[in-house]
Amino acid sequence: MKTGSAGKGIRFAVLFALSLAVLAGAPMVGMKILPLSAVLHPESGTLESNIFWMIRVPRMLVSFLAGAALAVSGMTFQAVFRNPLATPFTLGVASGASLGTAVYIRFGLVFHFWGISGLSLSAFAGAVLSIVLVYGLTRAGRGSSTTTMLLAGVAVSFFFSSVILFLQYMSSISHSFRILRWLMGGIEPAGFESLLNMAPFVIAGSAIVFCMTRELNLLMTGEEIAAGRGVNVENTKRVLFFAASLMVGGVVAVCGPIGFVGMMVPHICRLLIGADHRYLTAFTLLFGGSFLTLCDTFARTIVAPAEMPVGIVTALLGGPFFVWLLLGRSASRGGIL
Amino acid sequence: MGNGIIEMERYSFSLGGRRILKDVSFRAGEGEYVSVVGPNGAGKTTLLKCLCRIHRGGSGAVRIAGRPLQEYGQKDLALQVSYVPQADGRLYPFTVYEFVMMGRYPHLGPFSSPGGRDERAVRDALALTGTAEFAERYPGTLSGGERQKVFIAAALAQEARILLLDEPATFLDPRHEAEIHGLLARANRERGVTILSVTHDINSAAVTSRRILALKNGAVAFHGEPDAFMNGEILAGIYEKPFLFAAHPRSGKKIVVPELFS
Repeated sequence: MKTGSAGKGIRFAVLFALSLAVLAGAPMVGMKILPLSAVLHPESGTLESNIFWMIRVPRMLVSFLAGAALAVSGMTFQAVFRNPLATPFTLGVASGASLGTAVYIRFGLVFHFWGISGLSLSAFAGAVLSIVLVYGLTRAGRGSSTTTMLLAGVAVSFFFSSVILFLQYMSSISHSFRILRWLMGGIEPAGFESLLNMAPFVIAGSAIVFCMTRELNLLMTGEEIAAGRGVNVENTKRVLFFAASLMVGGVVAVCGPIGFVGMMVPHICRLLIGADHRYLTAFTLLFGGSFLTLCDTFARTIVAPAEMPVGIVTALLGGPFFVWLLLGRSASRGGIL
Repeated sequence: MGNGIIEMERYSFSLGGRRILKDVSFRAGEGEYVSVVGPNGAGKTTLLKCLCRIHRGGSGAVRIAGRPLQEYGQKDLALQVSYVPQADGRLYPFTVYEFVMMGRYPHLGPFSSPGGRDERAVRDALALTGTAEFAERYPGTLSGGERQKVFIAAALAQEARILLLDEPATFLDPRHEAEIHGLLARANRERGVTILSVTHDINSAAVTSRRILALKNGAVAFHGEPDAFMNGEILAGIYEKPFLFAAHPRSGKKIVVPELFS
């Protein structure tokens, strides 16, 4: 069961190679097979080179960042709540971010703050709002806090979804369509602008998580033990929630809610590399990024020339995995996570 | 009494609107072994949790090693106080070695990795608790007694001057119970660790500890030497039931006779 450090090294090397292959391969695949010259001469301005450099490369980077951010935020929530079902979705964080985005679209808000898009900030605010609500409800409720937390998350999620539907109902056709399309979740033909909107959120959020891997390990052994070892539990949790909200907000603003990456990727990674966050975090980041990039490549090629929302692909893969998880495969590790 | 390593003066603490600790005052000297006893719900666990700041707040004064508790950062405090919670059967996905190494957390900077000193501390803790042989195993494969020893090993690896334990020997078979008492006595004797241990076992409290602190309804009901504590009136007052005593066949010390044989 224990993965030695040599074994971990090999697994990292394999994942790294696979990630590179996905990143190199994804922009080459599509409706149009591109000649190598298009890749090598971005300055030529040909149609092929524009497709590669202006459409497929940014899209690939957006999907990689989104997958990485969703997976790392899911991993963070699972460790902090010590619960395998804690994810940006079950906690209502994704619907909070969606609500933030829907409000931004519905009211036709247009603002930037220090060059950061208002859309992303609204999504981030929504994410923070929902985590504050869920966490507050969990602490206020007595009894099993894990159950309370999941119930609070589901309640907040449903509530926000209804508010989104209401907003949509009250919107003009064009606003309503924009909200609906975005709610389906997908890496729309995204240019460099989406990439630049998302990157600061994802980079800042994951950098925070990378600095707190030891605290994550201790939180997983239990809050009381963590406090006894010298972790300031409340502050640490607040910082981690902030980081995860940054990531989820940044992703949801650009890509809409994309399910299952945040739940299944951390679990797969734990089975592959173990639960030690000093290794797990980097592994999850790479795996999540490559996974979503791969799913998105499927989504845009499998029914070409049409495009499936990537959420369908991730959920198709995620659904069966979820059942497998419920049937208790991961329990063999002797823990809830 | 000189300055204690733990000094508590008229400390009160409430949780969820209920006053759990009421004007508790006591001192523990460095290197003392104190047993904390009292009926269920008397506030024993809360007392420990307040000392290591799992619970924050409360009124009154608490000083650890001469410094007010609220002035400590959580990490600084962990260099003085380590805590072994009540065993609740919860598992963690780390090997025994990895778990005990986490005890070194307060000694490490945010980005430094464990060095030779940390490895030595972990090895010593594993050796003292007799857990070295299952260092590479996961807690799911260990018995309750073995797990409890691992928890103590992790707290010892922390190398704090004070060790707080919440019912360390409860639910263990007689052999493991004796082993836990033995290793705590050794840590106390050889390392000079100050021990505050919550227990329901009056006899073992009387034998193992130098001082007994009894709580009842959140207030101090007794604080003193074990010999004075083994007294029918005092025990009956604390536990609201009569006690029967006998002399230990070898040491001649006073022991409580279990009810069953009366």
